[in-house]
Amino acid sequence: MIAGRIQPPAELVHWWFATGFVILALLLISEAVVGEEVWARRPWRRYLWPGFLFAMGVLMFPVMTFFTSSTIHMLAHGSWAQVMMLAGAAELGLARGKLRNPWWHATTALGLVVSGTAVLVHEQNSWFFERAAFLHHTIGWTAIACSIFPLLKAVRPRSLTAGLGLAATFLIFAVILYADRDIAPIFGHLSYFAGMPHR
Amino acid sequence: MSADIAHTLRSTTQPHERAESAASIAASLRARIVLSLGPAGAAAGVLWALLQPWRLTLLHPAGQGFWWLVAEPPLYVVLVGVLFRLLLAPGIVADLLAAAEEAEAE
Repeated sequence: MIAGRIQPPAELVHWWFATGFVILALLLISEAVVGEEVWARRPWRRYLWPGFLFAMGVLMFPVMTFFTSSTIHMLAHGSWAQVMMLAGAAELGLARGKLRNPWWHATTALGLVVSGTAVLVHEQNSWFFERAAFLHHTIGWTAIACSIFPLLKAVRPRSLTAGLGLAATFLIFAVILYADRDIAPIFGHLSYFAGMPHR
Repeated sequence: MSADIAHTLRSTTQPHERAESAASIAASLRARIVLSLGPAGAAAGVLWALLQPWRLTLLHPAGQGFWWLVAEPPLYVVLVGVLFRLLLAPGIVADLLAAAEEAEAE
C-alpha cells in the first residue's frame, strides 16, 4: 500500500531509461567520431558506456520487481535486465583487455535480438490498439533489425557505420520510450477495449 | 597576389605537408562535431519543450504530485546535452587535438 503510494508511475521509469539511452547514444557517437585510440587516451573513458549499459541492466531488476503486472511482463523485463548486463559486462571485458576476441561485441547483438523478441512476444495487442502497443511493436522490430550494427562491430571493430548505427539505435529507443504515455491514441487510433485516454 | 605566384606557391607545397594539413583539418572537423553534440542535444530538448509544453509540468504545477513534478523529459534532454558539453566534450577534444599534433610531429 505504502509502496504503491511512493512508487513513481511506470511511464516515468520509461522516460528515465530513455534518458539513459540518450547518454549512451552521445557517448557512442563521440567514440565513433574520434576513434578508439583517442577515446581510450583517458582510461576511465573506455569503461564509460559499457559501465553505463551494465548499470542500466542492474537498474532493470527493480523495474522487473516493482513495475510488472503479469508473469510474461516480468519475464520480458527480467530478460532485458540480464542481456543488458551481459552486453555491458562483455564490453567492459573488451575495454579492460581481459577479453580479446572482437566477437564478444556480438553479445550486444544477442542482447538486442533477445530484447526485441521479448518485447514483441509480451505485447499481445495489434499495432494500432493504442500508443503503447504501437511503441512495443516499433521498439521490438527496431531492436531486432539494428542488431546488425554490433554484429558489424564484431566483424569490423573500427567501423564508423557500426558505431554510429548502434548510437542511432539507442537514440531511436530513447525517442520511443519518451513517447510512452498512459493510455493514449496513436495516429488517431484508440481501441474501444484500451479504455479511456489518461494523459 | 597574382595567379602566377599563387600557382607557384601551390606547386611548392610538399605532398606530406598536404597530408598533414588534411589530417589537422579532419581533427578540427571531428572536434567541432564533438563540441556540437551537447548543444545539439540541448537545442533538441528546448525545441521539444516548445512543441509539447504540456510535457513540462513545472509550467502548470497545480494539482501535480511529486513524481509528475520530477518528470520533465525535455529538461532531461537539455541537462544531458549541457553536462556532456561541460564535462566530457572538452577532454575528448583536447585528446583529439593532442593526437593530431603528435601524428604531425612524427
